[in-house]
Amino acid sequence: MRTFYKITTLFIALVMAVSLASCAPSAPKGPVTIHILTMDQAGLKPAEIDQIARDFEAKNPDIKVNMEYLGYDYIHDKIVTGMAAKPPAYDAAMIDVIWPDEFIKAGYLLDVTNRITPEMKSGIFPAAWNGVTRNGKVYGMPWLMDVKYFMYNKDILQQAGFNAPPKTWEEMVEQAKVIKQKGLAEYPITWSWNQKEGVVCDFTTLLFGNGGAFLDANGKPAFNNEKGIQVLTWMKQTIDDGLTNPSAISSDEMAVEADFLAGKSAFASNWLFQYSDSNDPTKSQVVGKINFAPMPVFKAGADASIQSSSVDGSSSFAIMATTPYPDQTWKFLTYLASQEVQTKFSAEMLPIWQSSFQGDNLNALLAAAPTNPVTVPAFQAQFPYANERPTVPYYNEASAALQLAIQNALTGVKTPQQALDEAAAKWTELGSK
Amino acid sequence: MKKAAILPKRRVTLRQQDMRIAWLLIAPSLLVILGVTLWPIIYTFMLSFYNAPIGIHQARTFVGLGNYLSMLRDPAFWDTVKRTLYFTVVSVTLELILGLAIAQLIHSRPLGWKFLRFSLIIPWAVPTIVNGAMWRWIYSADFGALNGILFQLGLIKHYIPWLTFPNQAMNLVIVADMWHTVPFVALILQAALAGLPEELNEAAAVDGANAVQRFWYIRLPLLRPAILVALIIRTVEAFRVFDIVYIITGGGPANHTITISYLTYLFSFPYGKQGTGAALSFLISFFTITMAIFYIRLLYRPEETQG
Repeated sequence: MRTFYKITTLFIALVMAVSLASCAPSAPKGPVTIHILTMDQAGLKPAEIDQIARDFEAKNPDIKVNMEYLGYDYIHDKIVTGMAAKPPAYDAAMIDVIWPDEFIKAGYLLDVTNRITPEMKSGIFPAAWNGVTRNGKVYGMPWLMDVKYFMYNKDILQQAGFNAPPKTWEEMVEQAKVIKQKGLAEYPITWSWNQKEGVVCDFTTLLFGNGGAFLDANGKPAFNNEKGIQVLTWMKQTIDDGLTNPSAISSDEMAVEADFLAGKSAFASNWLFQYSDSNDPTKSQVVGKINFAPMPVFKAGADASIQSSSVDGSSSFAIMATTPYPDQTWKFLTYLASQEVQTKFSAEMLPIWQSSFQGDNLNALLAAAPTNPVTVPAFQAQFPYANERPTVPYYNEASAALQLAIQNALTGVKTPQQALDEAAAKWTELGSK
Repeated sequence: MKKAAILPKRRVTLRQQDMRIAWLLIAPSLLVILGVTLWPIIYTFMLSFYNAPIGIHQARTFVGLGNYLSMLRDPAFWDTVKRTLYFTVVSVTLELILGLAIAQLIHSRPLGWKFLRFSLIIPWAVPTIVNGAMWRWIYSADFGALNGILFQLGLIKHYIPWLTFPNQAMNLVIVADMWHTVPFVALILQAALAGLPEELNEAAAVDGANAVQRFWYIRLPLLRPAILVALIIRTVEAFRVFDIVYIITGGGPANHTITISYLTYLFSFPYGKQGTGAALSFLISFFTITMAIFYIRLLYRPEETQG
């Protein structure tokens, strides 16, 4: 009897251990489920994308769409870890404009050149295709064309006695001083300068607005020349003068929006989502008080005929190269980026389709959302001045070095010259590998 | 053990038979556990000798000790080690002192001691990520509770952007971590205290020893094994701290809160250099094993018993 119990227990233990091995997923039957990763920050809100996914599923009963939303700063790592699995954790993901070079080198993105139809090619803005095309091959579907806008609180400006927004950064500083003096805002300007990609976006805007550039004609770092140092010194000066909120050093774009929409600052640069949120009474205390203005430049830039300067923050959707369902995924992505869907949800983001901005389509677009009559002209005015960050495969590490340099200068740990020189040395080292 | 002559001769004793069955029963799960933990450790160890960029078909070149040497030669690496040691030493010391104080308090059975012990579990039960998010909001420059309280008490005139000071950011992270981990130390020490014999204490009191002497000469030496356990666990965990740094400061401002685990994460994922990340993780293991050995040498006295 004793032996019987021993054998039985042993058998059960073996069965339990072996059953762990069958935890691997088996071949799916029935509708195919695709997993998409995107951000919950700029562009459409998760509730809206969910609605698009449900509409798509109604039209395509054999495909189920599983959306996953993350803050922008975490998506890059999630894609990298997701691609380590077989099959990959995601069939498609949102790709920021600065990632294609790194991901193409890693072999993560599927070449979709043959899936692009002529209507797509001619219908979508060329600038949007630039973000996903390398060496003549297309690696994704454009989705969001975003640029940083300059927004101001016209109420505060009027109370301070100004009828027009500033055209140069120097003018903005003068206006900010008056606003602070009159007690209308403790820190009239707010920025997202924490040690993440956001600070490089702002630095791009300011650098090109001063007539500077990241790389010179030979591809060597040029941001540590006197133009770059002027910009960084100016950034620190606005904090020291009490004009920029000192929390900028630990703030991201969401913190900037929170500050601006609480009416605590007069000037805030941010992506398009800040404008639509500003008119949402559940989020904003400054409904109806926010206006766009062209992004200012420095006086030196204006003298060099630079009319405005901003940074390109567009994103696209790419199919992951190892997905088992490229066709179904592509079907969903083309639906997501289609003209009708984009026009319908244009309150949050403007279409990538050129024809939407012409003729009858333009009237339809302007009527599609109450904020569009304001946002459409702002987009048309600002996007042509969107500057690119360097398209190199080691961009993440290079950007980290630049983020560190800017933070070093802003916190006073190093001088702007020292900090930028160190970052430039790092870029040279990365570029030589 | 003598066997009676009338019993048949056995080749294997009863105990040995039971041990064999025990091993057979454990073997399946042991194999699974070894597969899940041992294989990744071996794979990471091998990876640390290669230059391994992320990617699907990326070539991996053998670099021998190159990854280790490049880290050991990098002053930024040693800065990170110093910072991590600072975090570990300050954090563990304060935790021990506070934990011991709280343990003593519970042990003295004041009114409501059961509630006190129960409420200690709550900070410890909160996941580290949630703890980090909570403290990031507490420290928030514009909407934080810390600023709110200090402002209302009249201690500050303006809201202070706490997390923007490079030299203080690490201390703030230490406070946030301690709120979460002091209960662990307190509960371990309290359990040990509860097991100590009271006769020694009483005898010493009768002999005229005051409270400080009784604590220092009787209680503390008896607590040595429990303190050793708490020390080793907390030191190793503090040295490897990652998630609270990731959530509260993201390594900033100006890299001043980057710990050695965070550096490993940076190389492995944002920079995509898995070989360097693997080398760094083994360097961390080397440091922590050294610390554990050091502790055991210093504090472990096998001949000491609990009385």
